[in-house]
Amino acid sequence: MSVSASWYLTLAAVLLTIGAIGLLIRRNVLVMFMCVELMLNAANLTFVTFARRLNDIAGQTAVFFVLVVAAAEVVVGLGIIVSIYRRRPGATADDVHGMKG
Amino acid sequence: MTCVLAATIPDAITFVIAAAICVLGALGVVLARNPVHSALMLVMTLFGVAVLFVEEDAQFLAAVQVIVYAGAIVVLFLFVIMLLGVDQKEAIQRDPLPAQRPVAICVGILGLVEVLLLARGRWPSGARSVSGAIGSPGDNVGLIGRSIFTTYLLAFEVTSALLVVAVVGAVVLARRPRRALGQNGAPTGEPGDSEPGDSEPGDSEPGDSEPGGGGPGDSEPGGGGPVDDLADLEVTGP
Repeated sequence: MSVSASWYLTLAAVLLTIGAIGLLIRRNVLVMFMCVELMLNAANLTFVTFARRLNDIAGQTAVFFVLVVAAAEVVVGLGIIVSIYRRRPGATADDVHGMKG
Repeated sequence: MTCVLAATIPDAITFVIAAAICVLGALGVVLARNPVHSALMLVMTLFGVAVLFVEEDAQFLAAVQVIVYAGAIVVLFLFVIMLLGVDQKEAIQRDPLPAQRPVAICVGILGLVEVLLLARGRWPSGARSVSGAIGSPGDNVGLIGRSIFTTYLLAFEVTSALLVVAVVGAVVLARRPRRALGQNGAPTGEPGDSEPGDSEPGDSEPGDSEPGGGGPGDSEPGGGGPVDDLADLEVTGP
């Protein structure tokens, strides 16, 4: 018998919380991006856990699509970060408030 | 702990070790001063998650996790960190929102406690085995492949379009701005066909932005584009 699903989901919740807190408290754009990857991994762990618990392969398929979207997101996001750093080296997230976002 | 101990001992030990690696790596990502250390800690977390995937009978996803995440995405992060030279401490002397950090930590922990309290052990609910059982005959890769190429075929096709859009977007974002390209490319690319009235940036752009755009009428048909690119790199690199 394997470890029960509640522990996996608790771990995923903890990982998601750490990622979200990191996204909020860090100023380096690259580290913020890594925290987004952490949150995506927590969601993947939840998907796989539910797939095993509900005996449904669709959860693992969803993780596959999340991986593809994460790869595309990293490519575009790092392109944006490279163009920002090329314009103003050493920029943090607070320096890029020109879009008022 | 009773639920963990209800499992067989190797499973429980594997879960505890992998979970500890995941949480320590995640804390390392958030707390490390150096972005390179953050990226390496992220690799640690990704390996821990891959171990948990194996533990949960998702062998294909574990392999893809290691290959795509640790092998491609983190390496991309490291490339950007090294190329941009941003591996120094972040400048947080002037924090425009000084109250954000404690508030963020409090809100995050509050959200976690709320989720754990509201769940209280009643985690999994819903219909079982709607789109194919994991325990059906065939290995894990075959099951996922059958699911992707039958039930989720449209999503798979849209994924390919998404990847194409991402590649085009990355190329557009990483390209040099057009105005800078016209100015920097002018000294090297122009002397062959420099005419008196031809010095507007609008005129010099099309010939410079296309590598082979010179054609037979240009002064240096073959090597115009790469030479211009190298000149750009040397001028604006340092």
